[in-house]
Amino acid sequence: MVPPKKSAANEAVQEQGAPPPFTREQELKALRDMLLIRRFEEKAGQLYGMGAIGGFCHLYIGQEAVVVGMQMALKKGDQVITGYRDHGHMLACGMAAKGVMAELTGRRGGYSKGKGGSMHMFSKAENFYGGHGIVGAQVSLGTGLAFANHYRGNDFVSLTYFGDGASNQGQVYESFNMAELWKLPVIYVIENNRYAMGTSVTRSSAQTDFSKRGISFNIPGEQVDGMDVRAVKAAADKAVAWCRAGKGPYILEMQTYRYRGHSMSDPAKYRTREEVEKVRHDQDPIEQVRNRLLAAKMNEDELKKVDAEVRQIVNEAADFAQHDPEPDVSELYTDVYR
Amino acid sequence: MPIQVLMPALSPTMEKGNLAKWLKKEGETIKSGDVIAEIETDKATMEVEATDEGTLGKILIPEGTADVAVNTPIATILADGESAADLAKATAPAKQQKAAESASPAAEAKPTPAPKDDAAPTAPAAVVAPDPEVPPGTEMVTMTIREALRDAMAEEMRRDADVFLMGEEVAEYQGAYKVSQGLLQEFSARRVIDTPITEHGFAGIGVGAAMSGLKPIVEFMTFNFAMQAIDQIINSAAKTLYMSGGQMGCSIVFRGPNGAAARVAAQHSQDYAAWYSQIPGLKVIAPFSAADYKGLLKAAIRDPNPVIFLENEVLYGHSGEVPKLDDYVIPIGKARVARTGSHVTIISWSMGMSYALKAADELAKEGIEAEIVDLRTIRPMDTDTIIASVKKTGRAVTVEEGWQQSGVGAEVAARIMEHAFDYLDAPVARVSGKDVPMPYAANLEKLALPSVAEVVAAAKAVCYR
Repeated sequence: MVPPKKSAANEAVQEQGAPPPFTREQELKALRDMLLIRRFEEKAGQLYGMGAIGGFCHLYIGQEAVVVGMQMALKKGDQVITGYRDHGHMLACGMAAKGVMAELTGRRGGYSKGKGGSMHMFSKAENFYGGHGIVGAQVSLGTGLAFANHYRGNDFVSLTYFGDGASNQGQVYESFNMAELWKLPVIYVIENNRYAMGTSVTRSSAQTDFSKRGISFNIPGEQVDGMDVRAVKAAADKAVAWCRAGKGPYILEMQTYRYRGHSMSDPAKYRTREEVEKVRHDQDPIEQVRNRLLAAKMNEDELKKVDAEVRQIVNEAADFAQHDPEPDVSELYTDVYR
Repeated sequence: MPIQVLMPALSPTMEKGNLAKWLKKEGETIKSGDVIAEIETDKATMEVEATDEGTLGKILIPEGTADVAVNTPIATILADGESAADLAKATAPAKQQKAAESASPAAEAKPTPAPKDDAAPTAPAAVVAPDPEVPPGTEMVTMTIREALRDAMAEEMRRDADVFLMGEEVAEYQGAYKVSQGLLQEFSARRVIDTPITEHGFAGIGVGAAMSGLKPIVEFMTFNFAMQAIDQIINSAAKTLYMSGGQMGCSIVFRGPNGAAARVAAQHSQDYAAWYSQIPGLKVIAPFSAADYKGLLKAAIRDPNPVIFLENEVLYGHSGEVPKLDDYVIPIGKARVARTGSHVTIISWSMGMSYALKAADELAKEGIEAEIVDLRTIRPMDTDTIIASVKKTGRAVTVEEGWQQSGVGAEVAARIMEHAFDYLDAPVARVSGKDVPMPYAANLEKLALPSVAEVVAAAKAVCYR
């Protein structure tokens, strides 16, 4: 049976009106988790500026609601995998800020002992499967994680993130085909932040409604306001239930936005400052939660406490990441084989 | 304490830049994320965003200043409750202190000159166990290589429920080359899985399943088609263990026919041994005898690393003796002396061995006793066995169907030169496939492949006969 399509997209989201409200506890958790990512990324940008982080560094600022909302729908044992803009995903999975930051600075206390860097980090304990630097590769790999769940007969779900850019890679469709053919429990979360590096979706994609990308494979999809953590959580709940019920894969197009350049060395001249400012001003995922909490008469001091707690975590992480030693030279030849 | 804003590095290589423009004035309120200045580098104009909140206290580097070094303080930000008075009070000492603070991590980021001893650690040597003892009186069973491969997979699938086989036509069709005959019937469609013709996708799915702890055998109908999947093999399978600091590896076998079949021309007749042999993190196996096919495939399936298992279509129907043992596993990384001799060492593997063995018979008729080393494993390469033989004979010939440039034979020759130079009585000779895409016409195809005559000629040449 072909599952009902949920596409006509933007209008659909608006028609539905506001997503189901969060409890105060959920709002606070979302605020804290999103703030942690925002502050962490700002600090990473700063450390990059100081030369403490090398190579490529892709910041997640602006997209925080996506990983935080998705994570709220998961249970322990579900897997997460993504591309190279991965710091937010790791923090959302519960990986320690210290270990992530120390990996960014290439130190022995990093999640990969300093051998992976910003784009290649993993945590078996938190079921985070990377951190992949080749655009689109994580889609087949994430489908493989779902294959393993299916093979083992458990009800875990593989959350496979990729961007609007990766959506045009061939292996994505090879994976879609096999995922639906074999009814694999994988949620394809397409983070549409409107630009694949410097190329806007309208210049790169014949079909810019990414929720429709699974139509040829009978995979249901929907567009989600990826700036509203409640909308993300609601969509995630639905997709997770679909997968756990053995109905196969599900596509969620998260309409989101990155405030910073593609990487640190991107001057972002392909869009106007006004465009960025407008999204920040009108749709910022963190401000949305903060405003709701204030409107619900939350004490400003309580919010400041969250701020302070997050800043402390990030500062400690930055401090650790700058003072932890580099890997021992003997590590050069370890972990090639086991 | 006022916070200092430092000149940021905006690319991996930036050392200095021009402060083009200030977008905030002294006394203006700054929120985290606000663009406060524009910096010009040799490549682009970039915006500097504030990472701290407060009031812009003092601009230390005016706009229009060229060649400002990275990490130079360019402004100060006053936190809530701080005033210009704090700035005056704090500027001088704060400046030094902050500069020192920010300089230290940057300095630390550079590797400290290490003591000479551990500056260049050496690669660990592979320790490989010898071949298993085949007790005297063990029954030997004659079987085709096709059957040896099938038996190896079946035994390992019986032994370990995490092992499964996936690929094109492996299940209902019983294998494009009938290698997986009967496996579907014994293990069901759950563990013997027909895939669509999408090598890149199913290789990635296999690697993902392996990352979560399963042990896939991914069959490529031929290794020519694995080029579609080579990114997943190299970037995902081979590198993940290292990139994850040892947390997440990948126990997976990629197997299928490699090299020239017969009359299938250029796109279906390529030897990939040298390609995969270059990649740290992969093991590469290319056996010749039926017993080795069985014992090494069993070892490959058990190995916790990604293994490339190169078979040969022409050999599938060849028969050989395989010891009838419950668990015949041959260690990966060990070459086998297939024939002993004292005048010249011929080093080969897979299909190359058939030329080498026939050539040895020819050479014997002329009084030249060739010693033949069957590498069996290309990576890790058993240098010790090669060198021991060359030290004995003083002469060496490599034989492969693949191309010569950067080929496996070139690697063998280099190792002999490095480890047995003083024992050589002649330069190492290489017999290989010719430097052309494989032609279709029967006569040209024959010319493009190595021949017994070429091996004989090369062996005689290094013996100066």
